[in-house]
Amino acid sequence: MADSTEILAGLAEIVEEVAGIDTAEVSADKSFVDDLDIDSLSMVEIAVQAEDKFGVKIPDDQLAELKTVGDAVSYIEKNQ
Amino acid sequence: MSFQLPAPVPGARIIGLGSTQPEHVVTNDDLALRVETNDQWIRDRVGIVERRIADKDTSLVDMAVEAGSRAVLDSGLAPTDIDTVLVATCTMTAPIPNAAAQTADRIGIKAPAAFDLNAACAGFCYALATGADLIRAGSAKNVLVIGSEKLSDWIDWDDRSTCIIFADGAGAAVVTGAQTPDEVGVGPVSWGSAGDMAPVIHILEDTTGKLFQEGQSVFRWATTKIAPVALDAIAKAGLTPADIDVLVPHQANLRIVEAVAKRLRKEGARDEMRVADDIVHSGNTSSASIPMALDHMRTAGTVRSGEIALLVGFGAGLSFAGQVVRVP
Repeated sequence: MADSTEILAGLAEIVEEVAGIDTAEVSADKSFVDDLDIDSLSMVEIAVQAEDKFGVKIPDDQLAELKTVGDAVSYIEKNQ
Repeated sequence: MSFQLPAPVPGARIIGLGSTQPEHVVTNDDLALRVETNDQWIRDRVGIVERRIADKDTSLVDMAVEAGSRAVLDSGLAPTDIDTVLVATCTMTAPIPNAAAQTADRIGIKAPAAFDLNAACAGFCYALATGADLIRAGSAKNVLVIGSEKLSDWIDWDDRSTCIIFADGAGAAVVTGAQTPDEVGVGPVSWGSAGDMAPVIHILEDTTGKLFQEGQSVFRWATTKIAPVALDAIAKAGLTPADIDVLVPHQANLRIVEAVAKRLRKEGARDEMRVADDIVHSGNTSSASIPMALDHMRTAGTVRSGEIALLVGFGAGLSFAGQVVRVP
């Protein structure tokens, strides 16, 4: 089980690989769409990689609810 | 008492390719006049710069005839040498008559076995597998396999999530028998379906009759499930990913194409493997996209005769199919 710090670090690596955004930019308060400029298809790629990395399921309807990096971290923490 | 059966043939190979596109080009800026979108948004999401749309007087049979005739000419056979015609399509506006029989007649093919096959965007790979196996079983000698689509008849031009993607066109291949193992040019098919996901791409059953697609779900499915199909097709042919010279996936979305290529490279495909990106100037033409992309690449000189191409189609159904082929 990863704690929230580890999840944030792991998620930041995925975001960097998928969207080319520096890991330092990926903090809990950032909105994926408005702050990080990540589109809906890249969100799917991030979700797929996060599923593999953290052993969670992130269906498309849930994915739409994850507005910020912090939302994603807490969802993964609760569901891993 | 036993039935007499035709002698089986060792394998099949492609000996001709052809394709056609409508003349009318629709740019992203053209679409931005009609729906809330812009050139950059479309390029970023799907990788399309322009697409070809048929006029109202051009049918998918017209395009099938053109692509099919070119493939027959390229093969060196006469139309009368063809004994079976398969048209992969999912956009006929009426269920009967089928496209294959009238297409064959207009090409000058005499009384062939002729039928349509609907596996949507996987249709060409399904039809190629079917044609190759008809030859192996001795049911056919020379098969004309065509993918022809007029998606524009089914597009909601006010739906910005789909009208930017789909387009019209046709592509075709002539398949014949291979008598020795070295001659075999169509590998075993890896195919299947996921009917539980049928609703994610469908034609609306109400009076609008327009195509609907749940883009995110399709993207997730295609970027995770299709590379394994491609890898299975490679393995079934006794090859490895490093043997693939050119990857020709269905041209659904450039980002899906790139995701499949990336995954294959992780599994050993070479960096130099060429990857079809015909969608950029052709849009998504469903069952026509694979033979059209291969034909365009051959004309441009980016693939050469004898090279190994990996074809993989996927789409509504959901359905999927892939095989390796030797470029004619």
